[in-house]
Amino acid sequence: MWHYILKRILLTIPTFVGIVLLTFLLIHQAPGSPATGSAGGFGESGVSAADHARLRAQFELDAPIIVRFGHWMKRVVCFDFGQSFADGRPVSQRIAERLVPTLTLTFAIIAIAFAIVIPVATYAATHPGQLVDKIILAACVGFYAIPPYILGMILILLVGVALNWFPFAGLTSDDFATLSTWQKFKDVISHSALIGSCFLIPLVAYLVPFVRATMLSVLKEDFVRAAHARGLSHRRVMLCHVLPNTLRPLLTVMGLIVPAVLGGSVVLEVMFSWPGMGRLLFESIHDRDYPVIMGMTVLTAMIVLGVTLVVDLLYAWADPRVRYV
Amino acid sequence: MTIANPTNPILWTDRASASKRRNWLTRSAAAIAITFILVALLAPLLAWHQPIVCKYQGKYYFPAISDTASRLPLVGSWFQKAKPFRFPSFDARTELEPNAFALWPPVPYGPMEMVADANCAASRAHWLGTDDRGRDVLARLIHGACVSVRVGVYSMLLAGIVGIVIGGAAGFCGGAIDWMCSRLIEIMMCFPAFFLILVVMVWIGNGVTGIILVIGLTQWTSIARLVRAEFLSGRELDFVDAARSYGASGWYIALRHLLPAALAPTLVALTFGVADAILLEAGLSWLGLGVGADVATWGGMLRDAYDQIRTHPGLMTAPCAAIFISVLCCHILGEQLRRSLDPRIGFGESRS
Repeated sequence: MWHYILKRILLTIPTFVGIVLLTFLLIHQAPGSPATGSAGGFGESGVSAADHARLRAQFELDAPIIVRFGHWMKRVVCFDFGQSFADGRPVSQRIAERLVPTLTLTFAIIAIAFAIVIPVATYAATHPGQLVDKIILAACVGFYAIPPYILGMILILLVGVALNWFPFAGLTSDDFATLSTWQKFKDVISHSALIGSCFLIPLVAYLVPFVRATMLSVLKEDFVRAAHARGLSHRRVMLCHVLPNTLRPLLTVMGLIVPAVLGGSVVLEVMFSWPGMGRLLFESIHDRDYPVIMGMTVLTAMIVLGVTLVVDLLYAWADPRVRYV
Repeated sequence: MTIANPTNPILWTDRASASKRRNWLTRSAAAIAITFILVALLAPLLAWHQPIVCKYQGKYYFPAISDTASRLPLVGSWFQKAKPFRFPSFDARTELEPNAFALWPPVPYGPMEMVADANCAASRAHWLGTDDRGRDVLARLIHGACVSVRVGVYSMLLAGIVGIVIGGAAGFCGGAIDWMCSRLIEIMMCFPAFFLILVVMVWIGNGVTGIILVIGLTQWTSIARLVRAEFLSGRELDFVDAARSYGASGWYIALRHLLPAALAPTLVALTFGVADAILLEAGLSWLGLGVGADVATWGGMLRDAYDQIRTHPGLMTAPCAAIFISVLCCHILGEQLRRSLDPRIGFGESRS
């Protein structure tokens, strides 16, 4: 066990270096690098001479490449990405205030998705081929094919504009400061309801067929039949034998959901004017705020790396067979 | 052709094709996909601001046909439009004599032309109405298909090639090369695709080619993993040992024995990947960071609709339907491909 954990943690080090290297190469291609020579000629919103000088200073574009790489690595390790071009505040501070809403939303969505998926998929798997099962599967295929941003526009139109149930712009109301704690909580929840559903619905539609198929194959296993033969109740077989074995493969999927949700957040957060990571990235790209762009790219990759590591370790804990691989 | 015995698992191809024949869903998905590709290839014949055939100053011209030909992949640059029609300032509608022979496309408007009042309802002249700048929605939809199909197909071709090369090298060579390729795949998978694509788009600027390159060079990881797994398991099989024993070279084994087995799952992944690529491109165009404002795209149309969602919600319908249907087609085709290429699946079952 410890051997595997150590090996797995050590394996993240080359990946980490690779992420740093890849982002470093991206910076190297940035306008204002020695390769481009001049700062002008970059679209209409060309980099000004002052920004150019700041870029050169900040990324030390005159130093030898090894020195620069070492410094970039140091910055990444210390989470020090310099100051934002847009408002002069430290990049890490700007990212941190956007990171909290997005990560909270991400993990809330994953938790809600599991709460919906497990009962639905269990019902479908225990009634295979029946009408309800077919309807569930067809609905999943249909909903999974709706892109999140189309879903967002439909929800804005139906629930936001026509029914006017939920607000669909921003994270808080204008009078947020005057509200009591409970009202604040409700305010944030109602502002996040629509954007949350846009993430949630495709995720559920993706997970239900997956969990159903896994559960169907688990139900055919010998140990389930053995459990039934031992006279255990149906509920006990499902809860203690089938469900744990069904959920284990889901752990690996978790590692893929996080980057998908983070990546999908750009369009949706812009659409709902929701102050999260995706919108910060879009704004920084709009302002050509390179320190923030690079900081976010590295940071999201680090988050995904961390989640993958945790998921792998959890998997090893949940499935003893992994350790011998 | 032998009569398929539905209980004999060895004759799985016959079973699969039988199930395919029954499956009207797959057939209609395939029909729609082919229609989309044809529409994309023949877009100027369906919607264009110049006629297909016309008589101008005593001579016959084929402006829309030559535009169609010049958009073809590879051979497009061989064709050039005849002279007066080539000039941007030449307006065929006013220059042609009213009673001269002219065969117009069914939608006689270009995708970027402002041909009517803004936000017209659907009518005989504009089948799906016009958008906020008076451009014909159907013409934009047809030309948007060009971008989506091109991005979907080319980026996945690129992703397939990169994925097969890297995954194949990892699975076949093993050892240090496998280790390095696996780390490379891991590194790429750590970046949320949309983040990386956005950041790279900042450096390279707008354009269809740029989008194809970026999507192709970021979406190959799942294919590489599939190919690597197939190569790893295939390497241990007896027929590979047999090939090795009669002196087959590594390349021969990789290309003739291992690659064909890996192509089936790759094809499935690529079909799903086309849907992802279409979605990514539409998302980029929605943000205004995609192809550019001078090209009609579904994502761009969606953005125009979003900007006036309160006043003219109906504008949303056409691009939403186009994106949804194309994505759904890719998913249905991918799922059906997976079933027919996987010998372990019988009728109506699915495998995780």
